[in-house]
Amino acid sequence: MAGAKEIRSKIKSVQNTQKITKAMEMVAASKMRKAQERMRASRPYAEKMRSVLSHLAQAHCEYKHPYLQDRTDVKRVGYIVVSTDRGLCGGLNTNLFKAAVIQMSDWHDKNVEIDICTIGKKAASFFSRFQGNIISQAANLGDQPSHEELIGTVKVMLDAYDEGKIDRLFLISNDFENTMTQTPTVQQLIPATGEVDAKLEHHWDYMYEPDTKPIIDALMMRFIESQVYKGVVENIACEMSARMIAMKSATDNASDIIKELQTIYNKARQAAITQEISEIVAGAAAVS
Amino acid sequence: MAMTMHVNIVSAEKEIYSGTVIQVFAPAEMGEVGVMPRHAPMLSTLKPGVVRVLLQDGDEQAFYVSGGILEIQPHVVTILSDTALRAADIDESAALEAKTRAEAAMKDKASDMDYAKAKTELIEAVAQIEALRKLRKKK
Repeated sequence: MAGAKEIRSKIKSVQNTQKITKAMEMVAASKMRKAQERMRASRPYAEKMRSVLSHLAQAHCEYKHPYLQDRTDVKRVGYIVVSTDRGLCGGLNTNLFKAAVIQMSDWHDKNVEIDICTIGKKAASFFSRFQGNIISQAANLGDQPSHEELIGTVKVMLDAYDEGKIDRLFLISNDFENTMTQTPTVQQLIPATGEVDAKLEHHWDYMYEPDTKPIIDALMMRFIESQVYKGVVENIACEMSARMIAMKSATDNASDIIKELQTIYNKARQAAITQEISEIVAGAAAVS
Repeated sequence: MAMTMHVNIVSAEKEIYSGTVIQVFAPAEMGEVGVMPRHAPMLSTLKPGVVRVLLQDGDEQAFYVSGGILEIQPHVVTILSDTALRAADIDESAALEAKTRAEAAMKDKASDMDYAKAKTELIEAVAQIEALRKLRKKK
């Protein structure tokens, strides 16, 4: 029975792998539900923030915030890249990095330098190898990232913009379409663009308390933070569903392999038995 | 029936309150403000404190905010709170813990970087060994 033992141990090892992938699939599925809830919970804030900002864009205010002004001469751009901390989630990170690299090489061709802020371990390890200047990073945010943990990371980029080190700021993260599809998207954070609300066309302005500048500054900072936070929360939902799908297909593949190996094993066993019988028969014939 | 307006209290992590009310009291930067319907448009930052809403049935509800932004439109009041929890739920120790964790994370930045670097170097080394092994087999 040559090879039968090896095949059996191979089947055993594939079965063990299958058990792990199956468990990971179920963990990801239950985490996904929570991550999606969290994603939904963070939406009202981002929406309200955007509507306040679009009101503000129409208010006839004498103070124009730098984040709303377009700098024509772009020398250096900033990217905030949101990735996962852990792997085994299919092509989620790879697709995201691919999109990022395409964007960045465009800027590179125009002789524009790039500063990167990474969120998540995978982005940190990828971009530390890729030519890129990482100026801030955050990792190990877990499944329930809190807003405070991101503030510092984002502030580094905002400070760089204020000091004129970067002239544009982009956010790259995965957009959650549904459980099966996640698309990497690039969003321009600065200069910010707000939609127009038709109801508020007449000439008006807010009363500002205590003063125009500090309020708008605080508002813009929170706006950027909320967009990044939304990106992070959405990316976690993407990670969980991508992992669930990846582990599901891994489990399915393992079943296929086991089936094939089982067939091979049976054939080998049969061949061995046939051989043994014919040997016995031949031996008996020789004796008689 | 008294005039009403809509109020939304949201924090980055969840929606705290949304509903129709008669009056809103908020801790604005320059002092507590009481907002009634048809207030002129106003933007203000908020100090840490308690936001109270007066409901149509005369009840009052209170929410703690640790700062944020107040936007007033004639019939809509929006409070963008930094961390808004129900006032009863405030957990002092959790707040402290979050702070120390943030500080530790700041210190750990350098080591994280080294870890990522070491890991990628390891992957590279493994790939090289694998390639060498294949070459040796061919011979």
